[in-house]
Amino acid sequence: MDPDYDLVVVGAGVVGAALAREFSLTGLRTLLVDAGDDVGCATSKANTAILHTGFDAKPGTLESTLVSRGYRLLADYAAAAGIAVEPIGALLVAWDADQLAALDGIDTKAKKNGYLETRAVGASELRELEPDLGHGAVGALAVPGESIIDPWSPPIAFATEAVRNGVTLQLRRRLTSVEASDARTLLSFETGPNLTTRWLINAAGLGSDLVDEMFGHRRFHITPRRGQLIVFDKLARPLVNHILLPVPTAMGKGVLIAPTVFGNVMLGPTAEDLTDRRATETTAEGLATLLEKGRRLMPKLLDEEVTATYSGLRAATEHDDYQISVDEKQRYVCVGGIRSTGLTASLAIAEHVRSLLAEVGVDCELIRESKPPAMPNLGDQTPRPYQDATRIKSDPEYGRIACHCERVTRGELRDALVSTLAPTSVDGLRRRTRAMNGRCQGFFCAANIQVEYPVVQASPGGNS
Amino acid sequence: MNDSIRSTQTDVLIVGGGPAGLTAARELRRLGVARVTLLEREAETGGIPRHCFHPGYGLRDLRRPMNGPTYARRLSDLAIAAGVDVRTETTATRWSDSELGLLVTSRLGVETIRATAVILATGARERPRSARLVPGDRPDGVYTTGELQQAVYLHKQPVGKRAVIVGAELVSFSAALTLAHAGVEVVSMLTEQPRVQTFPTVPIALGLRQRFPILTDTSVTRINGDRTTGRVIGIEITGPPGSRTIGCDTVLFTGDWIPDHELARLGGVRIDPASGGPLVDTSLRTSRPGVFAAGNLVHPVETADLCALDGKALAATVADFLDHGPGSADVLEVQAGDGIAWVSPGLLRIGAPAPHGRFTVWPAQALAGVRLEVRQGTRVIKRKRLLDGAVPGRPIHLVSDWQSGVDPAGGPVCVWIRGN
Repeated sequence: MDPDYDLVVVGAGVVGAALAREFSLTGLRTLLVDAGDDVGCATSKANTAILHTGFDAKPGTLESTLVSRGYRLLADYAAAAGIAVEPIGALLVAWDADQLAALDGIDTKAKKNGYLETRAVGASELRELEPDLGHGAVGALAVPGESIIDPWSPPIAFATEAVRNGVTLQLRRRLTSVEASDARTLLSFETGPNLTTRWLINAAGLGSDLVDEMFGHRRFHITPRRGQLIVFDKLARPLVNHILLPVPTAMGKGVLIAPTVFGNVMLGPTAEDLTDRRATETTAEGLATLLEKGRRLMPKLLDEEVTATYSGLRAATEHDDYQISVDEKQRYVCVGGIRSTGLTASLAIAEHVRSLLAEVGVDCELIRESKPPAMPNLGDQTPRPYQDATRIKSDPEYGRIACHCERVTRGELRDALVSTLAPTSVDGLRRRTRAMNGRCQGFFCAANIQVEYPVVQASPGGNS
Repeated sequence: MNDSIRSTQTDVLIVGGGPAGLTAARELRRLGVARVTLLEREAETGGIPRHCFHPGYGLRDLRRPMNGPTYARRLSDLAIAAGVDVRTETTATRWSDSELGLLVTSRLGVETIRATAVILATGARERPRSARLVPGDRPDGVYTTGELQQAVYLHKQPVGKRAVIVGAELVSFSAALTLAHAGVEVVSMLTEQPRVQTFPTVPIALGLRQRFPILTDTSVTRINGDRTTGRVIGIEITGPPGSRTIGCDTVLFTGDWIPDHELARLGGVRIDPASGGPLVDTSLRTSRPGVFAAGNLVHPVETADLCALDGKALAATVADFLDHGPGSADVLEVQAGDGIAWVSPGLLRIGAPAPHGRFTVWPAQALAGVRLEVRQGTRVIKRKRLLDGAVPGRPIHLVSDWQSGVDPAGGPVCVWIRGN
């Protein structure tokens, strides 16, 4: 008997969703499963939302190659799907002579990574570029290619394209064991029926070492590295023109200040090595540290209201590169240790994995063209429905604003509920529309929206 | 996309259909202003009182006690009857680039409304948990009073079983009433202040029967959520007896108001950094000619009837502006001195008494047995004994009878609090 699937991708974060999309273009019968109730609802939802050029990767690593390739792939995909990207560029800001000296090394590294557009910026030019920086900035390295991106839409877009191409998506399915035999692997889950597959790809993020162990390996250990972030009110947006990166030194990594495509400003992240893989809470110490650093970096930022605080866990390992390998005998691919660059590299990782499978003789030629789905624009730099007179004329629901802080219309909420990957939680609705994410955090609109646009919860193990 | 942007003209454009905006609109029509347009972004006018189902509304403006929704409907009906062009589900999104006016979005499309005068009456909101930087998990069951009251009264939604109320202001007791109505037990109320932030008679006046401990000098240090259910399971607090955990499934962050000042700031009007609202003079003029502001946008927050009285006073100013132009720009600063966070109006226009004869004085710290002084230079022009002390969250009303004693050439006036 044939196994149920040719391929199961475990983990529907941005990497797993990109893998599902890649294989949806092949002839393989593919399943995408995740323990959570949405795609991209763990590490992928809480990051710094930057599309990296890869200028500061470790030269010669797989990560360096895939980030640099993924940067172009994702920029193109985002443009085709209507996912917001703003190529505002980054400034690595030096605050003392040591940091200024370190910029040279970073510049050299960037060139080794094939990134040639860096430029030294003197103190007075820096002041012109970023007039609201705190006192004491002595210079910077400009990295014009660094961009900010809508971090929520890519996994949804990838999974949408995959599902439209026939991939099955199952949510609330936590993998508990695997049992490999000659021709297939039996998978058991915490909820829902067992199933069989020929190949399995481990894209389980924070759980990727645990899945690796199920196959008998002990190749790496995930140390959840928590990053807490503070999001400031949109009224702070005019204060910041670039992604303001810290210069990494022996004293540790600092925090960054960056605009978001939603029109806010974020400050963070902290970097705390933990053991608890679910410790996504914020802490008094973490927030205090960020505020203290923020006050020095940009004093005026602290005068603005805070809109949100959150924390995410990066899947750090003891190795300084991605852990990607194919075990032909076990018909198992490990895609582990994908750190904070996962969003940028996602499409390149998927492409790379497909080529690895082709090398071991899996028939995974591309048999169809990619058709990126048209995603709702969540970015502030291109017109949103409430600003679009023509669109409102053709459908007045786009003129009825339901979430005032984020200016989300009833038309957009309605569309989200009937989309291919309809949200199954209120947070899922937030990530698809921005509704209830604004400065009032629901004071005005949350009760209304949750009643009028109810989400339908995913049934455990059910197909989406 | 801009091919179908219409442009219209009105005499007075009012943003916000709460008590201040509705009353200003109605009074402007009564004073004979031909075109008064009021924009309300919600489906119904009335503002916050729409979802406050307790009594005590309408006392000082309509001179008849009623509950919030009745009051909201009454003010709306009066405005419509007076001939105000009330436009609901209509949002002012930004200022027009050239003349005085606003870009608005509604189901009719995108439109520019130009006006001779603009009144900002956009109100205030409670500071949510995130803006208070309360750490911990991010579970369901965390509310502001605004969201809670809409969920309970307007949508009959279940909210939980056991709640903790953070804040002890007037609105906090209003939230307690809402919880009682929803069958939720209030486990306790807590405040960082050393005392309740309203008058002791308020719970009785509101008809609040439920008794619960009120913990003073106490703050929330963490919110605990259940990672499986995603629901609040408790909060960690720190207060005089030390730190402990209170079990609850609902946490309410009440009060700690912030003005909804986005449009004001985008319009370039001067802001009082302490209140966050536009800095206005005693005629409720902002720093931008033709732009006025009233209600809880200016003084976050006062009761609804005082906002309505602001609106009434402002109507007279605006009618005068339409007939005679901006008038003198001469103002004196009303500074917030020791113990005071802000005073509203923050500017004194010579010859113009404060709206409804009161200044709102917001204490910066809690003090027992104090007196309030108004000084110009070294000269004390008003003294007021505060028998019940002062506490942030409870406004002090300073009657404006001292304004006649101000020397127009004597420099800024300062309001401050002294211990007895």
